Amino acid sequence: MRKRKEAIFFFLKLLLGGLVIFPLFYGVCLSFMGMADIFKMPPVFFTDRMSWKNYQAVFGRVPIFTYFKNTLLVSGIQVAAQIITSSLAAYAFTFFEFKGKKPLFVLVLASMMIPYESNLISNYLTICGLKLTDTYLGLTLPFLANGMSIFILRQFYMTIPRELKEASVIDGCSHMNFLVRIAFPISKSATASLGLYAFVNAYNQYFWPLLVTNKDAMRTIQIGTGILKDSEGADYGLVLAAAMTAVLPAIIIFIFGQKSLVKGMVAGAVKG
Amino acid sequence: MKKSSKGKKWEWQPYLLLLPSLIIIGGFVFFPFIKNIYTSLTLTNASGNPIKFVGMRNYMKILTSSEFRETLLRTFKFALMVGIPSFVIGFVLALAAAEHKRGSRIYETMFTIPLVIAAAPASVIWYLIFAPHAGVLNYVLKTDYAWLAEPKMAIWCVAAVTAWSGLGMNVIFLLTGLRNVSAELLESAQLDGAGYFGRLFYITIPIASPQIFFVIFYNIVLSFQTFAQIRLLTNGGPYQSTRTLIWSIYEEAFRNTRFDYACAQSVILFLIIFVITRIQFLFEKKGVNY
Repeated sequence: MRKRKEAIFFFLKLLLGGLVIFPLFYGVCLSFMGMADIFKMPPVFFTDRMSWKNYQAVFGRVPIFTYFKNTLLVSGIQVAAQIITSSLAAYAFTFFEFKGKKPLFVLVLASMMIPYESNLISNYLTICGLKLTDTYLGLTLPFLANGMSIFILRQFYMTIPRELKEASVIDGCSHMNFLVRIAFPISKSATASLGLYAFVNAYNQYFWPLLVTNKDAMRTIQIGTGILKDSEGADYGLVLAAAMTAVLPAIIIFIFGQKSLVKGMVAGAVKG
Repeated sequence: MKKSSKGKKWEWQPYLLLLPSLIIIGGFVFFPFIKNIYTSLTLTNASGNPIKFVGMRNYMKILTSSEFRETLLRTFKFALMVGIPSFVIGFVLALAAAEHKRGSRIYETMFTIPLVIAAAPASVIWYLIFAPHAGVLNYVLKTDYAWLAEPKMAIWCVAAVTAWSGLGMNVIFLLTGLRNVSAELLESAQLDGAGYFGRLFYITIPIASPQIFFVIFYNIVLSFQTFAQIRLLTNGGPYQSTRTLIWSIYEEAFRNTRFDYACAQSVILFLIIFVITRIQFLFEKKGVNY
Protein backbone atom coordinates (compact mmCIF):
# COMPACT_ATOMS: atom_id res chain seq x y z
CA MET A 1 0.00 0.00 0.00
CA ARG A 2 2.64 2.43 1.13
CA LYS A 3 4.84 1.68 -1.83
CA ARG A 4 1.97 2.27 -4.17
CA LYS A 5 1.19 5.64 -2.58
CA GLU A 6 4.83 6.63 -2.92
CA ALA A 7 4.79 5.70 -6.58
CA ILE A 8 1.67 7.76 -7.21
CA PHE A 9 3.21 10.78 -5.50
CA PHE A 10 6.39 10.36 -7.49
CA PHE A 11 4.38 10.26 -10.69
CA LEU A 12 2.42 13.37 -9.66
CA LYS A 13 5.62 15.25 -8.93
CA LEU A 14 7.03 14.28 -12.30
CA LEU A 15 3.83 15.57 -13.84
CA LEU A 16 4.27 18.91 -12.03
CA GLY A 17 7.84 19.02 -13.24
CA GLY A 18 6.61 18.32 -16.74
CA LEU A 19 4.28 21.31 -16.53
CA VAL A 20 7.15 23.54 -15.38
CA ILE A 21 9.45 22.53 -18.19
CA PHE A 22 6.70 22.34 -20.79
CA PRO A 23 7.72 25.63 -22.47
CA LEU A 24 11.25 24.32 -22.83
CA PHE A 25 10.04 21.02 -24.26
CA TYR A 26 7.74 22.88 -26.64
CA GLY A 27 10.56 25.14 -27.75
CA VAL A 28 12.79 22.16 -28.48
CA CYS A 29 10.06 20.48 -30.54
CA LEU A 30 9.29 23.58 -32.58
CA SER A 31 12.96 24.21 -33.24
CA PHE A 32 12.94 21.12 -35.47
CA MET A 33 9.90 22.20 -37.50
CA GLY A 34 9.13 24.37 -40.47
CA MET A 35 6.72 27.30 -40.30
CA ALA A 36 3.78 25.25 -41.57
CA ASP A 37 4.05 22.74 -38.70
CA ILE A 38 4.75 25.42 -36.07
CA PHE A 39 1.45 27.13 -36.78
CA LYS A 40 -0.58 23.99 -37.24
CA MET A 41 -3.91 23.77 -35.43
CA PRO A 42 -4.27 21.74 -33.27
CA PRO A 43 -0.63 22.16 -32.22
CA VAL A 44 1.69 19.25 -32.86
CA PHE A 45 4.81 18.30 -30.95
CA PHE A 46 6.19 15.67 -33.26
CA THR A 47 5.90 15.26 -36.99
CA ASP A 48 7.75 13.09 -39.43
CA ARG A 49 8.92 16.23 -41.18
CA MET A 50 11.13 17.22 -38.27
CA SER A 51 14.71 17.85 -39.29
CA TRP A 52 17.99 19.51 -38.37
CA LYS A 53 17.39 22.05 -41.13
CA ASN A 54 16.86 24.98 -38.72
CA TYR A 55 20.03 24.16 -36.87
CA GLN A 56 21.96 23.87 -40.09
CA ALA A 57 20.63 27.28 -41.03
CA VAL A 58 21.55 28.71 -37.63
CA PHE A 59 25.10 27.51 -38.00
CA GLY A 60 25.25 28.38 -41.67
CA ARG A 61 23.38 31.61 -42.27
CA VAL A 62 23.36 33.23 -38.83
CA PRO A 63 26.72 34.39 -37.44
CA ILE A 64 26.08 32.26 -34.38
CA PHE A 65 29.74 31.42 -33.89
CA THR A 66 30.51 35.12 -33.67
CA TYR A 67 27.69 35.56 -31.13
CA PHE A 68 28.99 32.62 -29.14
CA LYS A 69 32.55 33.83 -29.26
CA ASN A 70 31.47 37.26 -28.04
CA THR A 71 29.32 35.82 -25.28
CA LEU A 72 32.01 33.48 -24.03
CA LEU A 73 34.66 36.20 -24.16
CA VAL A 74 32.47 38.71 -22.37
CA SER A 75 31.34 36.23 -19.70
CA GLY A 76 34.86 34.85 -19.30
CA ILE A 77 36.39 38.29 -18.84
CA GLN A 78 33.72 39.27 -16.33
CA VAL A 79 34.12 36.12 -14.25
CA ALA A 80 37.93 36.08 -14.27
CA ALA A 81 38.14 39.76 -13.43
CA GLN A 82 35.53 39.51 -10.70
CA ILE A 83 37.33 36.62 -9.05
CA ILE A 84 40.67 38.41 -9.17
CA THR A 85 39.48 41.84 -8.04
CA SER A 86 37.30 40.51 -5.26
CA SER A 87 39.90 38.04 -3.96
CA LEU A 88 42.41 40.87 -3.69
CA ALA A 89 39.96 43.21 -2.02
CA ALA A 90 38.62 40.54 0.33
CA TYR A 91 42.16 39.69 1.31
CA ALA A 92 42.92 43.32 2.13
CA PHE A 93 39.79 43.59 4.25
CA THR A 94 40.59 40.39 6.14
CA PHE A 95 44.34 40.34 6.74
CA PHE A 96 45.30 44.01 6.91
CA GLU A 97 44.75 46.77 9.39
CA PHE A 98 44.91 50.12 7.67
CA LYS A 99 43.61 53.62 7.86
CA GLY A 100 40.16 53.96 6.37
CA LYS A 101 39.45 50.23 6.43
CA LYS A 102 36.06 50.64 8.03
CA PRO A 103 34.74 53.46 5.83
CA LEU A 104 36.00 51.69 2.72
CA PHE A 105 34.25 48.49 3.73
CA VAL A 106 31.05 50.39 4.43
CA LEU A 107 31.40 51.87 0.95
CA VAL A 108 31.64 48.38 -0.52
CA LEU A 109 28.53 47.33 1.40
CA ALA A 110 26.72 50.48 0.35
CA SER A 111 27.44 49.75 -3.31
CA MET A 112 25.21 46.70 -2.98
CA MET A 113 22.27 48.93 -2.17
CA ILE A 114 22.39 50.62 -5.56
CA PRO A 115 20.69 48.43 -8.17
CA TYR A 116 22.42 48.32 -11.50
CA GLU A 117 19.24 49.14 -13.37
CA SER A 118 19.09 52.62 -11.89
CA ASN A 119 22.66 53.27 -13.06
CA LEU A 120 22.19 52.00 -16.60
CA ILE A 121 21.64 55.35 -18.29
CA SER A 122 24.59 57.08 -16.66
CA ASN A 123 26.86 54.10 -17.27
CA TYR A 124 25.79 54.02 -20.89
CA LEU A 125 26.69 57.69 -21.24
CA THR A 126 30.06 57.02 -19.59
CA ILE A 127 30.83 54.20 -22.00
CA CYS A 128 29.77 56.38 -24.92
CA GLY A 129 31.95 59.20 -23.61
CA LEU A 130 34.93 56.84 -23.46
CA LYS A 131 34.11 55.74 -27.03
CA LEU A 132 33.85 52.15 -25.86
CA THR A 133 30.58 51.15 -27.50
CA ASP A 134 30.97 48.03 -29.64
CA THR A 135 34.07 46.92 -27.74
CA TYR A 136 34.66 44.06 -25.31
CA LEU A 137 35.87 46.57 -22.76
CA GLY A 138 32.60 48.47 -23.01
CA LEU A 139 30.64 45.25 -22.60
CA THR A 140 32.53 44.22 -19.48
CA LEU A 141 33.92 47.29 -17.73
CA PRO A 142 31.07 47.92 -15.24
CA PHE A 143 31.11 44.24 -14.23
CA LEU A 144 34.81 43.73 -13.51
CA ALA A 145 34.26 44.07 -9.77
CA ASN A 146 31.33 44.09 -7.43
CA GLY A 147 30.63 44.59 -3.78
CA MET A 148 28.75 41.36 -3.32
CA SER A 149 31.65 39.08 -4.35
CA ILE A 150 34.02 41.03 -2.13
CA PHE A 151 31.65 40.65 0.77
CA ILE A 152 31.14 36.92 0.28
CA LEU A 153 34.83 36.13 -0.16
CA ARG A 154 35.69 38.23 2.87
CA GLN A 155 33.20 36.22 4.91
CA PHE A 156 35.01 33.15 3.73
CA TYR A 157 38.53 34.43 4.35
CA MET A 158 37.52 35.36 7.89
CA THR A 159 37.12 31.67 8.65
CA ILE A 160 40.78 31.01 7.85
CA PRO A 161 42.49 30.47 11.24
CA ARG A 162 44.60 33.40 12.38
CA GLU A 163 47.30 30.96 13.52
CA LEU A 164 47.78 29.85 9.95
CA LYS A 165 48.44 33.41 8.92
CA GLU A 166 50.77 34.04 11.84
CA ALA A 167 52.73 30.86 11.20
CA SER A 168 53.15 31.78 7.57
CA VAL A 169 54.43 35.23 8.51
CA ILE A 170 57.02 33.63 10.78
CA ASP A 171 58.02 31.35 7.93
CA GLY A 172 58.58 34.45 5.85
CA CYS A 173 55.62 33.96 3.55
CA SER A 174 54.66 37.19 1.82
CA HIS A 175 51.08 38.40 1.57
CA MET A 176 50.88 37.65 -2.12
CA ASN A 177 52.21 34.16 -1.46
CA PHE A 178 49.71 33.55 1.32
CA LEU A 179 46.85 34.72 -0.87
CA VAL A 180 47.83 32.64 -3.88
CA ARG A 181 49.10 29.52 -2.08
CA ILE A 182 46.78 29.32 0.93
CA ALA A 183 43.78 31.66 1.14
CA PHE A 184 42.69 31.20 -2.47
CA PRO A 185 43.01 27.39 -2.55
CA ILE A 186 41.24 27.02 0.82
CA SER A 187 38.24 28.93 -0.48
CA LYS A 188 38.25 27.18 -3.85
CA SER A 189 34.71 25.87 -3.60
CA ALA A 190 33.28 29.21 -2.50
CA THR A 191 35.11 30.93 -5.33
CA ALA A 192 33.91 28.31 -7.80
CA SER A 193 30.29 28.82 -6.73
CA LEU A 194 30.68 32.54 -7.03
CA GLY A 195 32.32 32.21 -10.43
CA LEU A 196 29.69 29.84 -11.76
CA TYR A 197 26.92 32.14 -10.61
CA ALA A 198 28.66 35.13 -12.14
CA PHE A 199 29.12 33.20 -15.37
CA VAL A 200 25.46 32.27 -15.73
CA ASN A 201 24.51 35.88 -14.95
CA ALA A 202 26.94 37.24 -17.50
CA TYR A 203 25.94 34.68 -20.09
CA ASN A 204 22.29 35.62 -19.70
CA GLN A 205 22.80 39.39 -19.72
CA TYR A 206 20.46 41.27 -22.01
CA PHE A 207 19.96 44.93 -21.16
CA TRP A 208 23.57 46.10 -21.03
CA PRO A 209 24.81 44.40 -24.23
CA LEU A 210 21.72 45.71 -25.99
CA LEU A 211 22.66 49.26 -25.06
CA VAL A 212 26.36 49.16 -25.85
CA THR A 213 26.44 47.14 -29.07
CA ASN A 214 25.29 48.23 -32.49
CA LYS A 215 27.45 46.15 -34.80
CA ASP A 216 26.37 42.62 -35.58
CA ALA A 217 29.97 41.49 -35.09
CA MET A 218 29.86 42.52 -31.42
CA ARG A 219 26.50 41.06 -30.47
CA THR A 220 26.08 38.39 -27.83
CA ILE A 221 23.96 35.30 -28.28
CA GLN A 222 21.07 36.73 -26.24
CA ILE A 223 20.91 39.90 -28.31
CA GLY A 224 21.36 37.91 -31.51
CA THR A 225 18.40 35.68 -30.64
CA GLY A 226 16.22 38.71 -29.96
CA ILE A 227 17.22 40.36 -33.21
CA LEU A 228 16.42 37.21 -35.18
CA LYS A 229 12.95 37.16 -33.64
CA ASP A 230 12.28 40.79 -34.48
CA SER A 231 13.62 40.59 -38.02
CA GLU A 232 11.20 41.04 -40.87
CA GLY A 233 9.43 37.84 -41.87
CA ALA A 234 11.20 35.86 -39.17
CA ASP A 235 11.33 32.11 -39.60
CA TYR A 236 10.34 31.01 -36.10
CA GLY A 237 11.81 27.55 -36.46
CA LEU A 238 15.15 29.17 -37.09
CA VAL A 239 14.66 31.63 -34.22
CA LEU A 240 13.88 28.76 -31.85
CA ALA A 241 16.86 26.78 -33.04
CA ALA A 242 19.02 29.78 -32.19
CA ALA A 243 17.28 30.17 -28.83
CA MET A 244 17.82 26.50 -27.99
CA THR A 245 21.45 26.73 -29.00
CA ALA A 246 21.75 29.70 -26.64
CA VAL A 247 20.08 27.82 -23.80
CA LEU A 248 22.04 24.58 -24.13
CA PRO A 249 25.33 25.64 -22.47
CA ALA A 250 23.46 27.14 -19.51
CA ILE A 251 21.47 23.92 -19.06
CA ILE A 252 24.62 21.81 -19.23
CA ILE A 253 26.24 24.00 -16.57
CA PHE A 254 23.11 23.70 -14.49
CA ILE A 255 22.87 19.94 -14.66
CA PHE A 256 26.53 19.30 -13.90
CA GLY A 257 27.25 22.19 -11.57
CA GLN A 258 23.86 22.41 -9.89
CA LYS A 259 25.11 22.10 -6.31
CA SER A 260 27.86 24.64 -6.73
CA LEU A 261 25.71 27.04 -8.73
CA VAL A 262 22.90 26.92 -6.20
CA LYS A 263 25.38 27.59 -3.40
CA GLY A 264 26.62 30.65 -5.26
CA MET A 265 23.09 31.91 -5.78
CA VAL A 266 22.05 31.47 -2.19
CA ALA A 267 25.21 33.22 -1.04
CA GLY A 268 24.75 35.94 -3.61
CA ALA A 269 21.17 36.68 -2.76
CA VAL A 270 21.31 36.58 1.02
CA LYS A 271 23.72 39.45 1.32
CA GLY A 272 24.38 42.13 3.95
CA MET B 1 57.62 51.32 2.99
CA LYS B 2 59.13 47.94 3.64
CA LYS B 3 56.78 45.05 4.14
CA SER B 4 58.43 43.94 7.33
CA SER B 5 58.03 47.35 8.92
CA LYS B 6 56.19 47.32 12.22
CA GLY B 7 54.33 50.06 13.99
CA LYS B 8 52.58 53.03 12.48
CA LYS B 9 54.37 53.11 9.19
CA TRP B 10 52.03 53.62 6.28
CA GLU B 11 51.31 50.36 4.50
CA TRP B 12 50.58 50.68 0.83
CA GLN B 13 49.73 47.05 0.14
CA PRO B 14 46.07 46.94 1.22
CA TYR B 15 45.30 50.04 -0.83
CA LEU B 16 46.90 48.50 -3.86
CA LEU B 17 44.84 45.34 -3.38
CA LEU B 18 41.66 47.39 -3.09
CA LEU B 19 42.45 49.69 -5.98
CA PRO B 20 40.97 47.69 -8.89
CA SER B 21 37.70 47.04 -7.06
CA LEU B 22 37.41 50.61 -5.86
CA ILE B 23 38.02 52.02 -9.34
CA ILE B 24 35.28 49.87 -10.87
CA ILE B 25 32.81 50.30 -8.02
CA GLY B 26 33.57 54.00 -7.83
CA GLY B 27 33.34 54.51 -11.57
CA PHE B 28 30.30 52.37 -12.29
CA VAL B 29 28.27 52.40 -9.09
CA PHE B 30 28.89 55.60 -7.15
CA PHE B 31 29.85 57.95 -9.96
CA PRO B 32 26.78 57.11 -12.08
CA PHE B 33 24.63 57.28 -8.98
CA ILE B 34 25.70 60.84 -8.27
CA LYS B 35 25.71 61.78 -11.94
CA ASN B 36 22.17 60.45 -12.21
CA ILE B 37 21.00 62.74 -9.45
CA TYR B 38 22.82 65.71 -10.96
CA THR B 39 21.58 65.05 -14.50
CA SER B 40 18.03 64.67 -13.23
CA LEU B 41 18.22 68.30 -12.09
CA THR B 42 19.27 69.60 -15.50
CA LEU B 43 18.14 69.91 -19.05
CA THR B 44 20.13 67.61 -21.36
CA ASN B 45 20.97 67.76 -25.03
CA ALA B 46 20.57 64.89 -27.50
CA SER B 47 23.81 63.21 -26.44
CA GLY B 48 22.85 63.29 -22.78
CA ASN B 49 25.05 66.17 -21.63
CA PRO B 50 23.56 68.62 -19.13
CA ILE B 51 23.18 72.10 -20.62
CA LYS B 52 21.16 73.96 -18.02
CA PHE B 53 20.38 73.53 -14.34
CA VAL B 54 16.63 73.44 -13.80
CA GLY B 55 16.27 72.27 -10.20
CA MET B 56 13.30 70.04 -9.49
CA ARG B 57 11.54 70.88 -12.75
CA ASN B 58 12.01 67.44 -14.31
CA TYR B 59 10.57 65.78 -11.24
CA MET B 60 7.61 68.15 -11.21
CA LYS B 61 6.95 67.43 -14.88
CA ILE B 62 7.15 63.70 -14.39
CA LEU B 63 5.20 63.44 -11.18
CA THR B 64 2.38 65.60 -12.43
CA SER B 65 2.00 63.75 -15.72
CA SER B 66 -0.85 61.27 -15.63
CA GLU B 67 1.09 59.06 -18.01
CA PHE B 68 3.90 58.64 -15.53
CA ARG B 69 1.58 58.05 -12.62
CA GLU B 70 -0.08 55.31 -14.65
CA THR B 71 3.35 53.85 -15.35
CA LEU B 72 4.16 53.86 -11.66
CA LEU B 73 0.87 52.26 -10.70
CA ARG B 74 1.36 49.68 -13.44
CA THR B 75 4.85 48.91 -12.13
CA PHE B 76 3.42 48.07 -8.71
CA LYS B 77 0.56 46.05 -10.18
CA PHE B 78 3.06 44.18 -12.30
CA ALA B 79 5.04 43.38 -9.15
CA LEU B 80 1.99 41.66 -7.70
CA MET B 81 1.18 39.93 -10.98
CA VAL B 82 4.68 38.46 -10.99
CA GLY B 83 5.23 38.01 -7.29
CA ILE B 84 2.05 36.27 -6.19
CA PRO B 85 1.95 33.44 -8.74
CA SER B 86 5.71 32.99 -8.62
CA PHE B 87 5.61 32.64 -4.84
CA VAL B 88 2.49 30.48 -4.62
CA ILE B 89 3.54 28.07 -7.35
CA GLY B 90 7.11 28.07 -6.08
CA PHE B 91 5.88 27.21 -2.60
CA VAL B 92 3.74 24.32 -3.81
CA LEU B 93 6.64 22.97 -5.85
CA ALA B 94 9.04 23.35 -2.94
CA LEU B 95 6.63 21.50 -0.65
CA ALA B 96 6.41 18.73 -3.20
CA ALA B 97 10.19 18.46 -3.40
CA ALA B 98 11.04 19.10 0.25
CA GLU B 99 11.51 15.51 1.36
CA HIS B 100 14.64 13.81 0.13
CA LYS B 101 13.51 10.62 -1.57
CA ARG B 102 14.74 8.26 -4.20
CA GLY B 103 14.58 10.07 -7.51
CA SER B 104 13.80 13.43 -5.90
CA ARG B 105 16.69 15.03 -7.77
CA ILE B 106 14.83 14.42 -11.01
CA TYR B 107 11.83 16.58 -10.21
CA GLU B 108 13.91 19.01 -8.18
CA THR B 109 15.94 19.69 -11.31
CA MET B 110 12.77 20.03 -13.35
CA PHE B 111 11.32 22.55 -10.89
CA THR B 112 14.42 24.71 -10.86
CA ILE B 113 15.53 24.61 -14.47
CA PRO B 114 13.72 27.83 -15.59
CA LEU B 115 16.37 29.62 -13.58
CA VAL B 116 19.06 29.15 -16.21
CA ILE B 117 16.85 29.84 -19.20
CA ALA B 118 17.78 33.40 -20.12
CA ALA B 119 15.05 35.95 -20.62
CA ALA B 120 15.65 36.19 -24.38
CA PRO B 121 15.14 32.51 -25.32
CA ALA B 122 12.34 32.22 -22.73
CA SER B 123 10.54 35.15 -24.32
CA VAL B 124 10.97 33.70 -27.79
CA ILE B 125 9.37 30.41 -26.74
CA TRP B 126 6.50 32.05 -24.89
CA TYR B 127 5.96 34.42 -27.80
CA LEU B 128 4.93 31.38 -29.81
CA ILE B 129 2.86 29.91 -26.97
CA PHE B 130 0.91 33.19 -26.98
CA ALA B 131 0.64 33.24 -30.77
CA PRO B 132 -2.75 34.29 -32.15
CA HIS B 133 -4.93 31.57 -33.70
CA ALA B 134 -2.47 28.69 -33.60
CA GLY B 135 -0.76 29.22 -30.25
CA VAL B 136 -0.85 26.48 -27.63
CA LEU B 137 -2.50 28.78 -25.10
CA ASN B 138 -5.41 29.46 -27.42
CA TYR B 139 -5.69 25.75 -28.09
CA VAL B 140 -5.72 24.79 -24.41
CA LEU B 141 -8.19 27.50 -23.41
CA LYS B 142 -10.23 27.04 -26.60
CA THR B 143 -9.99 30.79 -27.26
CA ASP B 144 -8.88 32.87 -30.20
CA TYR B 145 -7.03 35.84 -28.75
CA ALA B 146 -4.05 37.73 -30.01
CA TRP B 147 -2.81 37.72 -26.42
CA LEU B 148 0.09 40.07 -26.86
CA ALA B 149 -1.93 42.56 -28.90
CA GLU B 150 -4.71 42.98 -26.34
CA PRO B 151 -3.93 45.86 -23.94
CA LYS B 152 -5.72 44.12 -21.07
CA MET B 153 -4.00 40.79 -21.59
CA ALA B 154 -0.47 41.67 -22.71
CA ILE B 155 0.77 42.63 -19.26
CA TRP B 156 -0.47 39.33 -17.83
CA CYS B 157 1.51 37.53 -20.51
CA VAL B 158 4.68 39.45 -19.69
CA ALA B 159 4.06 38.76 -15.99
CA ALA B 160 3.56 35.05 -16.66
CA VAL B 161 6.87 34.77 -18.50
CA THR B 162 8.66 36.72 -15.77
CA ALA B 163 7.07 34.59 -13.06
CA TRP B 164 8.09 31.44 -14.91
CA SER B 165 11.67 32.69 -15.16
CA GLY B 166 11.73 33.48 -11.45
CA LEU B 167 10.20 30.17 -10.43
CA GLY B 168 13.47 28.27 -10.12
CA MET B 169 14.95 30.81 -7.73
CA ASN B 170 11.75 30.72 -5.65
CA VAL B 171 11.89 26.94 -5.39
CA ILE B 172 15.56 26.93 -4.41
CA PHE B 173 15.18 29.43 -1.60
CA LEU B 174 11.96 27.95 -0.29
CA LEU B 175 13.52 24.50 -0.38
CA THR B 176 16.40 25.61 1.84
CA GLY B 177 13.78 27.01 4.22
CA LEU B 178 11.58 23.95 4.22
CA ARG B 179 14.54 21.66 4.71
CA ASN B 180 15.43 23.50 7.91
CA VAL B 181 12.38 21.86 9.46
CA SER B 182 13.54 18.71 11.21
CA ALA B 183 11.78 15.48 10.35
CA GLU B 184 11.66 14.47 14.03
CA LEU B 185 9.73 17.59 14.91
CA LEU B 186 7.15 16.91 12.23
CA GLU B 187 6.92 13.26 13.24
CA SER B 188 6.34 14.00 16.89
CA ALA B 189 3.69 16.54 15.94
CA GLN B 190 2.04 13.89 13.83
CA LEU B 191 2.08 11.47 16.75
CA ASP B 192 0.41 14.17 18.81
CA GLY B 193 -2.35 14.22 16.24
CA ALA B 194 -1.50 17.24 14.10
CA GLY B 195 -2.80 16.91 10.54
CA TYR B 196 -0.91 17.87 7.39
CA PHE B 197 -2.16 21.46 7.34
CA GLY B 198 -1.74 21.83 11.07
CA ARG B 199 1.90 20.86 10.72
CA LEU B 200 2.25 23.12 7.69
CA PHE B 201 0.86 26.26 9.33
CA TYR B 202 2.17 25.82 12.85
CA ILE B 203 5.56 24.27 12.22
CA THR B 204 6.80 24.40 8.65
CA ILE B 205 5.79 27.93 7.65
CA PRO B 206 7.04 29.62 10.84
CA ILE B 207 10.40 27.86 10.62
CA ALA B 208 10.76 28.68 6.93
CA SER B 209 9.58 32.27 7.41
CA PRO B 210 12.99 33.92 6.77
CA GLN B 211 13.16 32.32 3.33
CA ILE B 212 9.50 33.06 2.68
CA PHE B 213 9.99 36.75 3.40
CA PHE B 214 13.13 36.80 1.35
CA VAL B 215 11.45 35.23 -1.67
CA ILE B 216 8.50 37.61 -1.55
CA PHE B 217 10.80 40.62 -1.65
CA TYR B 218 13.06 38.99 -4.20
CA ASN B 219 10.09 38.64 -6.55
CA ILE B 220 9.10 42.27 -6.15
CA VAL B 221 12.58 43.55 -6.95
CA LEU B 222 12.87 41.09 -9.84
CA SER B 223 9.67 42.44 -11.35
CA PHE B 224 11.03 46.01 -11.22
CA GLN B 225 14.05 44.85 -13.20
CA THR B 226 12.10 43.05 -15.91
CA PHE B 227 13.22 44.38 -19.25
CA ALA B 228 14.06 41.69 -21.82
CA GLN B 229 10.61 40.10 -21.56
CA ILE B 230 8.91 43.43 -22.25
CA ARG B 231 11.27 44.22 -25.07
CA LEU B 232 10.82 40.88 -26.81
CA LEU B 233 7.14 40.23 -26.14
CA THR B 234 5.43 43.59 -26.42
CA ASN B 235 7.93 46.44 -26.83
CA GLY B 236 6.03 48.31 -24.14
CA GLY B 237 2.81 48.12 -26.11
CA PRO B 238 0.06 47.68 -27.09
CA TYR B 239 -0.99 51.26 -26.27
CA GLN B 240 1.74 51.45 -23.61
CA SER B 241 -0.07 48.80 -21.60
CA THR B 242 3.19 47.07 -20.66
CA ARG B 243 5.22 50.18 -20.00
CA THR B 244 6.69 49.76 -16.53
CA LEU B 245 9.14 52.12 -14.87
CA ILE B 246 12.21 50.47 -16.35
CA TRP B 247 10.68 50.48 -19.82
CA SER B 248 9.77 54.11 -19.40
CA ILE B 249 13.42 54.90 -18.51
CA TYR B 250 14.56 53.07 -21.62
CA GLU B 251 12.02 54.83 -23.80
CA GLU B 252 12.80 58.32 -22.51
CA ALA B 253 16.53 57.80 -23.03
CA PHE B 254 16.70 55.89 -26.29
CA ARG B 255 13.50 56.72 -28.14
CA ASN B 256 12.79 60.27 -26.97
CA THR B 257 16.44 61.15 -26.17
CA ARG B 258 15.26 62.78 -22.96
CA PHE B 259 18.16 61.68 -20.80
CA ASP B 260 17.16 64.17 -18.10
CA TYR B 261 13.76 62.51 -17.68
CA ALA B 262 15.38 59.08 -17.87
CA CYS B 263 17.78 60.01 -15.07
CA ALA B 264 15.02 61.43 -12.91
CA GLN B 265 13.06 58.21 -13.36
CA SER B 266 16.18 56.18 -12.57
CA VAL B 267 16.45 58.06 -9.30
CA ILE B 268 12.80 57.24 -8.61
CA LEU B 269 13.47 53.58 -9.42
CA PHE B 270 16.39 53.61 -7.00
CA LEU B 271 14.26 55.15 -4.27
CA ILE B 272 11.51 52.57 -4.71
CA ILE B 273 13.89 49.63 -4.60
CA PHE B 274 15.73 51.22 -1.67
CA VAL B 275 12.56 51.63 0.37
CA ILE B 276 11.48 48.08 -0.40
CA THR B 277 14.81 46.58 0.65
CA ARG B 278 14.68 48.67 3.84
CA ILE B 279 11.25 47.20 4.59
CA GLN B 280 12.70 43.77 3.86
CA PHE B 281 15.48 44.28 6.41
CA LEU B 282 12.93 45.43 8.95
CA PHE B 283 10.92 42.29 8.37
CA GLU B 284 14.00 40.13 8.61
CA LYS B 285 14.80 41.69 11.95
CA LYS B 286 11.36 41.70 13.52
CA GLY B 287 8.89 39.79 11.44
CA VAL B 288 10.52 36.40 11.59
CA ASN B 289 8.55 34.55 14.19
CA TYR B 290 9.25 31.24 15.70
